[in-house]
Amino acid sequence: MWNYLKEIFSGGYSLLVGMWITLRHTFRRPVTVQYPYESLKMPARYRGHIQLVFDAATGQPKCVACMACARACPSNCISLEGHKPEGATRRVVSKYTLDFTSCSLCGLCVESCSFDALEFSKDYNLAATKKDEYVMDLMKQAQGKQEK
Amino acid sequence: MSIEAQTLHRETFILNLGPQHPATHGVLRIKLTLDGEYIEDAEPVIGYGHRMHEKMGENRTYAKFLPNTGRMDYVAAMFNTHGYVCAVERLAGITVPERAEFIRVITAELNRVASHLLWVGAFLIDLGGFTPLLYTFDDREQILDLLEAVTGARLTFCYYRFGGVCNDIDDDFIAGTRKFIAHLRSRMPMYHALITKNIIFRRRCEGIGPISAENCRKYGATGPVIRGSGVAYDVRKAEPYSIYPRLDFNVPVYGQGDCMARYLVRMDEIVESLRIVEQALDRLPGGPVMAEKVPRILKPPKGDCYFNVESARGSFGVRVVSDGTDKAYRMKLRSPCFSNLSLFQECSRGMLLADALALLGTLDLVIPDIDR
Ligand code: SF4
Ligand code: SF4
Repeated sequence: MWNYLKEIFSGGYSLLVGMWITLRHTFRRPVTVQYPYESLKMPARYRGHIQLVFDAATGQPKCVACMACARACPSNCISLEGHKPEGATRRVVSKYTLDFTSCSLCGLCVESCSFDALEFSKDYNLAATKKDEYVMDLMKQAQGKQEK
Repeated sequence: MSIEAQTLHRETFILNLGPQHPATHGVLRIKLTLDGEYIEDAEPVIGYGHRMHEKMGENRTYAKFLPNTGRMDYVAAMFNTHGYVCAVERLAGITVPERAEFIRVITAELNRVASHLLWVGAFLIDLGGFTPLLYTFDDREQILDLLEAVTGARLTFCYYRFGGVCNDIDDDFIAGTRKFIAHLRSRMPMYHALITKNIIFRRRCEGIGPISAENCRKYGATGPVIRGSGVAYDVRKAEPYSIYPRLDFNVPVYGQGDCMARYLVRMDEIVESLRIVEQALDRLPGGPVMAEKVPRILKPPKGDCYFNVESARGSFGVRVVSDGTDKAYRMKLRSPCFSNLSLFQECSRGMLLADALALLGTLDLVIPDIDR
């Protein structure tokens, strides 16, 4: 009998302790961010989708179409074309497409590039209604950004 | 007993638990044969999340398999990558710089803490308590923020490379981690007051779902499951790898074998992991984080290698057989969750359905890790 009462008392006490903890948490500042109204800044190393880096001096992409990134990609989502303009010392990229539907954001492409011509975008609002929207023309995208 | 009474007694029905059921954390289906509320048989049906990771490992170069490793046990992705890179490094004879080993241990142990915190929250949801999940996620989020700043991703880190890690850690990370260690230590008494001492939780866990050490051995269960059954088996101690032999940490063991024991093992492991991280940060040497001269296309010499790491759920093993080309000839991935789930059928027999869910919860299953 005594044990029974003791158990009821200690059990009830443990519940009160729990409620007290929850009550204290109620008056804490919220840790969540109200997303559509506020958004977080992504850290510098955040791996978003890839984008081409432009040379500030020439305004052209740094990419020399060496295909190393396309070969390093495990999901074969990079396709690019390049050509060598007459009189130029290096090849330039003419078409660079990323199929984002199969990209796993692993970053192997950026690592494989020896020309620092690829970087991660910090954009994470990537919802779309059509699959085609994820086949990204990185040349166009980068140009659009430059013009802004 | 008359025939009628016998048939009456044997009247059972079949209940599908899952594949889409809030209590199963993913696409796990369990075919339950129930006698009233008591379980006569529980047959796990797996494979809904099967993605052929082993086969994928055999038809792509070694480096291209790295992102896959984070997608098996995505709650503790560091360990899968760790096991894989260590196996390939051993095959190819690559030595990892000291600093990289330390960084690997620091990030892996942080990942273990994050995984256990997630487990505590999810397990309490299984038992019907919602609030603790919010607190554990609050703490876990801080770890993910730290790891994101270093690795660039929150779950599928893909951080380790053959010969080291891809990014060095900076002072912000070290300061943030130290702050977090102090913070989580101060939170532990709160968790114990809120959860461990709670009478409802105790009643749902103490003496429920006992797993004998014999059963653990029989089915190959590892990790907190076997340590909750009184066997001090931890790969970090049994087959030490990386810098673990140089660190001072305990392996928590509880002998009761019930849900409470497995819970306590994980809670103690959080504290031990924090100790490991702290020691590793104290002794962090300088130097490079990548070995020199690791070829871009790795071609390990012919050979066969098995490497075991202690993941958050138990022993995760990778067997790589190389035939000297740039692709593995055979890749075998031993996932801890598969073995841990295997004992469920035997151990849940005769249990109440609600108790069996508590048992299932303490196995800490990640379904894509089972299916691979
Ligand atoms: S690796 Fe770099 S330079 Fe080569 S094609 Fe890719 S982006 Fe261009
Ligand atoms: S991040 Fe990975 S999957 Fe995506 S394009 Fe680069 S290499 Fe391919």
